[in-house]
Amino acid sequence: MVSEDMTQMEAPRIDSGRIAEVSHGLDRSEVERREKVFSVSGLEVSYHGNVALDGVDLAVHKNTVTAFIGPSGCGKSTFIRCFNRMNDLVPGAKVSGTVLYHGEDLYARDVDAVEIRRRIGMVFQKPNPFPKSIYDNIAFGPRVLGMKGSMDERVENALRQAALWDEVKDRLKEGALGLSGGQQQRLCIARALAVNPDVILMDEPASALDPISTTRIEDLMHELKRDYTIVIVTHNMQQAARVADMTAFFSVLVDEDGGRRHGILVEYDSTRKIFTTPSDKRTEDYVTGRFG
Amino acid sequence: MTVFEPHVERDHVPPPDEATTRRGRAWKNRLFKAAMLFCMFVAFGTLVVLLVDTVVTGWPALSSQLLTGLPSTVPDEAGARPAILATLYLGALVLLFSVPVGVLTAIYLEEYANRERWWNRVIEVNIQNLAAVPAIVYGILGLAFIVRGIGVGRVVLAGGLILTLVVLPTVVVASREAIRSVPDSIRQGAFALGATKWQVVWRQVLPAAIPGIATGSILALSRAVGETAPLIMVGAITYVAFNPTLMGPYTALPVQIYNWTKQPDVDFQTLAAAGAIVLLVIVLSMNAVAIFLRNRYRKQW
Repeated sequence: MVSEDMTQMEAPRIDSGRIAEVSHGLDRSEVERREKVFSVSGLEVSYHGNVALDGVDLAVHKNTVTAFIGPSGCGKSTFIRCFNRMNDLVPGAKVSGTVLYHGEDLYARDVDAVEIRRRIGMVFQKPNPFPKSIYDNIAFGPRVLGMKGSMDERVENALRQAALWDEVKDRLKEGALGLSGGQQQRLCIARALAVNPDVILMDEPASALDPISTTRIEDLMHELKRDYTIVIVTHNMQQAARVADMTAFFSVLVDEDGGRRHGILVEYDSTRKIFTTPSDKRTEDYVTGRFG
Repeated sequence: MTVFEPHVERDHVPPPDEATTRRGRAWKNRLFKAAMLFCMFVAFGTLVVLLVDTVVTGWPALSSQLLTGLPSTVPDEAGARPAILATLYLGALVLLFSVPVGVLTAIYLEEYANRERWWNRVIEVNIQNLAAVPAIVYGILGLAFIVRGIGVGRVVLAGGLILTLVVLPTVVVASREAIRSVPDSIRQGAFALGATKWQVVWRQVLPAAIPGIATGSILALSRAVGETAPLIMVGAITYVAFNPTLMGPYTALPVQIYNWTKQPDVDFQTLAAAGAIVLLVIVLSMNAVAIFLRNRYRKQW
């Protein structure tokens, strides 16, 4: 498994096979050759003045899968919502620092959050299909954005990309709420794809699903990575190991008085490195299951 | 076998005989069930007796004469056509005014209002209170401001506006409930696709809330159609021997019924009961429409 880039790596301290198989991950050098989609520096997020996440610097590269892992409350979901400005919708949320998207500041005053969300799609933890037909779920995005062209084609393409077409092609007019949980989640992915996004953010997309549906979502991520940049939050380390090229480990920093706590980015590197030879003791403890 | 009895202090009470306890508990069970049945029968039985009595009393007078005839001093020739028509007009006006205003108010309060601002909290509390204001108070208000103040006069339009005031808080409260019951995940999903706030509200939240809004609005309308006091206040005069017009004098069905019951002639009492049946039919069919709408929209999902 561990191969070519041994030159820049120490011998694995952790038997990765024991934790998870790092099967698809690209090397760090390969990832970093690719265009930067996001580059984050000095990011801080607070809710009503309480810091939730502080001092985050990292870059997300094109056509890769980047995973954020860490224990509950480490701010990984808060962080992923900075990329499509979903935190704008939370009363009292304040984001400072810079998030560049293809070199442009996402939080500049003249940037329209609505336009940002069109280009940066999102899939949520719990499948949230609209209470409409399967067809209308997919067509909603293109319709509100006034996209031209054949809607039928667009719906079919989106469903095919999300590997759902064969299962639903005969019942496009039926309600989306009649689908199984896994199908609903793939519908939500198809819905996000229908507006031709550049990036897809996934906030624990498989945590509410059974193992078979989870596998299908993971397979889908490998497929989608060819055309899209994917960022995924997961509390499942094996999942990160299976799907991600790069992995960021977040943790909770408790103040000395023990009263206040906030999330920090501990380590960000290739998935292979994070799961075999992490540089930080906290990462090692987490991925080997000693903590969290 | 241990019986879980958290309130029994075993130090002071000798351990109860197991069989007795079990019998006691079964008895309590039956007693409680009987009490619930009794209460149910009081509520339901009263309604049935009232309905049966009204139908039995009014049946002889229930004829096409009642529906199409004009009021008369002779019971055999009296009808309630102007009153029925006016009631239908009033209902239409109430729907026309209260649904848009009520729903938009509800959307503002639920989706746009920042609850940290004091004026939004004041509005919220006041709407709750307005729903509890007696209808006669709206009648006085309507007389002062609508009938006389802006000089609309004692016409159908004025009646419609006043009944709108009466039911508006109910429509707002029902619509807010319906909007609030739309899960937030729907809004988030729509926002994440690049929809604007307006598109999220108009294309996702509102359609999902329609069954609740429709039901609430129609139930409020039923209440408006049965209101008597505020209409008497703003001059729904009692003897109208012609079809009402929007800007003309009128009487409403509940007012007509009320006036018939005041007549000494027993035949008018029968007419009043028949009028009550007509009113009931109108109200119940509106409720049926509410249920129909609700089910229809639910099926589309």
